[in-house]
Amino acid sequence: MSDATTRYRWRRPHFIENPWVRYTVLLVTVLYLIFALQMMQVSWQRVLDGIPRAGNMLRMAFPPDYGSRGRLIVRGFIESFQMTVIATAAGVLLSVPIGFMAAKNIAPLPVYLVGRAIVVVSRSLHPVVMGVLFVAAVGFGAFAGILTLIMFTIGFVGKLLAEAIEEIKFGQVEGVRSTGAGFLSVLVYAVFPQVLPRLIGLSMYQLDINLRASAIVGLVGAGGIGGTLNTAFGRYDYATAAAILLVMVAIILVTEGISGYLRRLTK
Amino acid sequence: MLKITNLEKSYTKGAPVLKGLNLTTDERRLTAIIGSSGAGKSTLLRCINRLVKADSGSIELDGTDILSLSGRALQDSRRQIGMIFQAYNLVDRLTVMENVLSGRLGYTGFFRGVFRKFPQEDVDRAYALLKRVGLSQYVNKRCDALSGGERQRVGCARALMQNPRILLADEPTASLDPKTSERIMELIAGITEELDLPVLINLHNVPQATTYADRILGLRHGVMIFDGNPDELTEDWLEQIYAGHEDDLKKQMKVGAAEYDDE
Repeated sequence: MSDATTRYRWRRPHFIENPWVRYTVLLVTVLYLIFALQMMQVSWQRVLDGIPRAGNMLRMAFPPDYGSRGRLIVRGFIESFQMTVIATAAGVLLSVPIGFMAAKNIAPLPVYLVGRAIVVVSRSLHPVVMGVLFVAAVGFGAFAGILTLIMFTIGFVGKLLAEAIEEIKFGQVEGVRSTGAGFLSVLVYAVFPQVLPRLIGLSMYQLDINLRASAIVGLVGAGGIGGTLNTAFGRYDYATAAAILLVMVAIILVTEGISGYLRRLTK
Repeated sequence: MLKITNLEKSYTKGAPVLKGLNLTTDERRLTAIIGSSGAGKSTLLRCINRLVKADSGSIELDGTDILSLSGRALQDSRRQIGMIFQAYNLVDRLTVMENVLSGRLGYTGFFRGVFRKFPQEDVDRAYALLKRVGLSQYVNKRCDALSGGERQRVGCARALMQNPRILLADEPTASLDPKTSERIMELIAGITEELDLPVLINLHNVPQATTYADRILGLRHGVMIFDGNPDELTEDWLEQIYAGHEDDLKKQMKVGAAEYDDE
């Protein structure tokens, strides 16, 4: 029973065990933060100066003006909707083969690498940057926006679909393969049914995301309501801008509700 | 009809699962393969329809060496070999009918399969098989809504849909409760007798093997050490087949005995 008198000392192990490394990392991080703050000229003075200007802007924005530019607002939203629907449909259709190509468990290595490369490239650029590139390539307007959103969709749906395919139950694949079914038939019968609910869910979610993104890509000249919003800000027409923002919020709330409901249906 | 010569397979180098295995089917219809877990029973069956590729040896089905095939020719051989799995391996989200018809995919063009436009005689046969296995009321039910025993019946129907030359069954009753397990064994034995179809069946359960099989093979460490009629399978042989795995054997014998007590 003499063991009972032994005192044990316990301390939670450090994330970085070596104290030299630990404190150096901490010091460097703090120094860099201070340096960056200096560089960027973050100053409270500018924040204080900004407050009355923001107040002024808000005063001009209320009440929101739906009427005087009503036709432009409606046209902008219709264009955004069309861009969203076309881009989501085309993007999802393209994502299906790309997702299958990018799934390691079913695609041969060279095909897998090509599929992965397409997904990585589509994901590497933010839609705004991609929008700038497409506007430069095909000119201002909705077409550039549609191409941007298609790439955006491939990056998101393609990647998550590939991950869903990599998680399927392989026994079901073996079951169909053992009947002598060809490769494509195995994909259609054993793989596709397992990822279909996920694909529908992702498409609904992407529709929702694309609607939001369609407003953003408009800011760089790729069509839709974003363009209308940009013009309103450019003319200091804050009342119209406020109207557009409020309609945008309302529409996004509604579509989010609808897409959430549809996703629950496919469980 | 099926002739396996010198079959070897290892998943990791230096640890062979099958070590020069020989097996020839004969006129006896239901052949049960017994052996402790890890003896190579599943690997053997999966090598026959090439879900797993053996390293060397030959597997001849009606004179064609399955090991040398690839692509279309391999699919043609596979469709002549029906397989029933321990975990059923049905596509959960498809209906019973779609799962049964998928047994014809080896014979059906890709687009007919995609759009579920199977030839009329296939649909008729699927209905007949579902009636035979007692599931005609579930034609359009999704497979994940069925019980284990019902799923295995669908599994049987899918394998038979292929019109196979031979049937493989890998522990078809191991995921089922004792009573259902007996029903499935009766079904497999009954159907294969009606169709005069040779069956290779892996069984954990020794009493089930001696009850239903016409021939018993004992697999140990990747080679066949016993080949005979069920009445030739003595205590002595069982001890040799399960040597080092006596607990395994005891459990399997007891499960078999308990089943009848429960009824």
